[in-house]
Amino acid sequence: MDATEIGLWGVPLAILGGAIRVSTPFIFVSLGEAITERSGRINLGLEGTLVFGAMTAYAVAVMTNSPWLGLLAAAAAGLCFGLFHGWICKFPKVNDIAIGIALMLFGSGLAFFFGKPFIKPKAPNLPAIPFGAWSDIPQVQAALDVNVLFLIGAALSLVLWWAFRNTRAGLIVRVVGDSSDAARAMGLNPNTVRLLATGVGGALAGIGGAYLSLYYPGSWTERISSGQGLMAVALVIFARWNPLGCFAAALLFGGAGALGPALQSVGVTQGYYLFYAAPYILTLIIMIATSSPTRSLAGAPGELSITK
Amino acid sequence: MTDRFMLNRRQLLKTSAAGAALGLASASFPISRAFAAAATVGFIYVGPKDDYGYNQAHAEGAASLKGIEGISVVEEENVPETVDVQKTMESMINLDGASLIFPTSFGYFDPHMLAMCAKFPDVQFRHCGGMWNKDKHPMNAGSYFGYIGMGQYLNGVVAGHTSKSKKLGFVAAKPIPQVLLNINSFLLGARSVDPTITCQVIFTGEWSLAVKEAEATNALVDQGADVITCHVDSPKVVVETAAGRGAFVCGYHANQSPLAPEKYLTGAEWNWAKVYKMFVDDLVAGAPLPNFTRGGLADGFVKMSPLGPAVGEAARKQFDATLAEMMKGGFSVIKGPLKSNKGAVVATEGQAFVETAIELESMDYLVEGVVGSTA
Repeated sequence: MDATEIGLWGVPLAILGGAIRVSTPFIFVSLGEAITERSGRINLGLEGTLVFGAMTAYAVAVMTNSPWLGLLAAAAAGLCFGLFHGWICKFPKVNDIAIGIALMLFGSGLAFFFGKPFIKPKAPNLPAIPFGAWSDIPQVQAALDVNVLFLIGAALSLVLWWAFRNTRAGLIVRVVGDSSDAARAMGLNPNTVRLLATGVGGALAGIGGAYLSLYYPGSWTERISSGQGLMAVALVIFARWNPLGCFAAALLFGGAGALGPALQSVGVTQGYYLFYAAPYILTLIIMIATSSPTRSLAGAPGELSITK
Repeated sequence: MTDRFMLNRRQLLKTSAAGAALGLASASFPISRAFAAAATVGFIYVGPKDDYGYNQAHAEGAASLKGIEGISVVEEENVPETVDVQKTMESMINLDGASLIFPTSFGYFDPHMLAMCAKFPDVQFRHCGGMWNKDKHPMNAGSYFGYIGMGQYLNGVVAGHTSKSKKLGFVAAKPIPQVLLNINSFLLGARSVDPTITCQVIFTGEWSLAVKEAEATNALVDQGADVITCHVDSPKVVVETAAGRGAFVCGYHANQSPLAPEKYLTGAEWNWAKVYKMFVDDLVAGAPLPNFTRGGLADGFVKMSPLGPAVGEAARKQFDATLAEMMKGGFSVIKGPLKSNKGAVVATEGQAFVETAIELESMDYLVEGVVGSTA
């Protein structure tokens, strides 16, 4: 087989590569949102946090020439956005969804405003680990160039899944999310827990943004996110608030998103708009297949304003 | 407490009367201004104006007007191709007193710009890329465009010489005539070097989708394409991704060579400064503005990026010769015998469409050798 001609093998390879490349922002944002929602709040503003994180990471990386400092700055900026959301929402009669939408617009607008001078310069990228080095097919090598953030995201979803079940901190977040009254009876302050949970969620979303601007596609433009933050928030419900589910759903979205370009590249060119809808059709099918008329959403935190 | 925010009938009537008066006053404002020495020109962009691409090319053109005495420029970026653009045009007319507006994105034309033309008959509108037709469209509307397909043909010439795999890649946004002409020109340029070359096209479906463009570029390189070009609003992502994978790139819209100095071959660029200056000179002189403006390399509407370091001697020679041929005028990219990739005859033996041929602006096919589909 000619090394440059891989033909139809390109499709599964592109789905695999796409799942690894495209999914990372989804993983971080949905894990962040999972933590926040498990504590009983919804932060819809993560799209804004993602865009602002992307801008901050890129700007700091340009100025300091270090992508890692950029990543840290993005996490810090995300933390601030999350804490801000959590702080406002502790006041009575404040609607967390409305604040989230406001912060989404605010975050994007602020990122566009500060990001203008950083569209032209080039920032150093985050490193990737060449897991494909065993293969001498360049396509396989390219697909298996895995960024460290993807691995961190995978590990984090495992840790969170374990921690929600087996640690005191996980129990605290869950009890606050399921019943404020029970939490107060245990001597916990729900507002403090939610503030911290929203802050951590924001920091993770900021890291997701850093991946976008510092690795894939690897540049800062105002259209960098195209709604990925919002989709990741929806993924959390799709994943039933389970961190492992979030990881799987993110992979599914990444892989399905790569399907359209991959099919066109091997000559399946009819109806590409339909293939681009693949992630959404898949979501619908799974949602319908797993829904039940006899029980409410399994795993939904009781304090969420959408389930109350 | 809610009473304070409730309007009674009298207040409501008063407020709306004041509003109507304001509306009348501002509507009459541009009429008195239209052909005065001082004029305001409005530019509307669909994306950010420093995107290394389509919008940047227009914004550079707009910026070149700022030194002209008596002309003030108002701009708005990131305006979607929806009713939003109508609001932007209205506010440019009513609040800024714009007498000439350039809505630069393809989707602004019909119905948005046409609606505004009917509403503000004294304001001039010139749209980039649209097909103005004097039987169908009002006289205060118009369109301008450049024959950038010629530039893509030159890109193809260089790509044809550079490619080793004889497979080229094209990341395209939407299958509209201008995009199809660019894809066809790119391939035909390459086939003028070697008639066995093919070009794989991937449509992303949107003008600007960073992640999907990166995925499309990766998919093309995976399939063995070794020279990539594109027609999306911001080629930055395509250029960087392709160069990162080791493929060569041809630019589009603006000069992207700073993004990939080693891998950048050449590029087809807009030179809007020249076009906008032409319109504004007419406006200042009080002359009627042309309704249908087109121009190519010879008219200075389009230019090529300087050839990059990877371009070989044979490629350079054919590039220069073809460019010289084009500068004489009358060069045709689409000439018979030529079939579409579905087998239909698009040009018979001896039939040739020069760059000015109006048929090219309603192109709906991909030529033989392009792997892809328009729907």
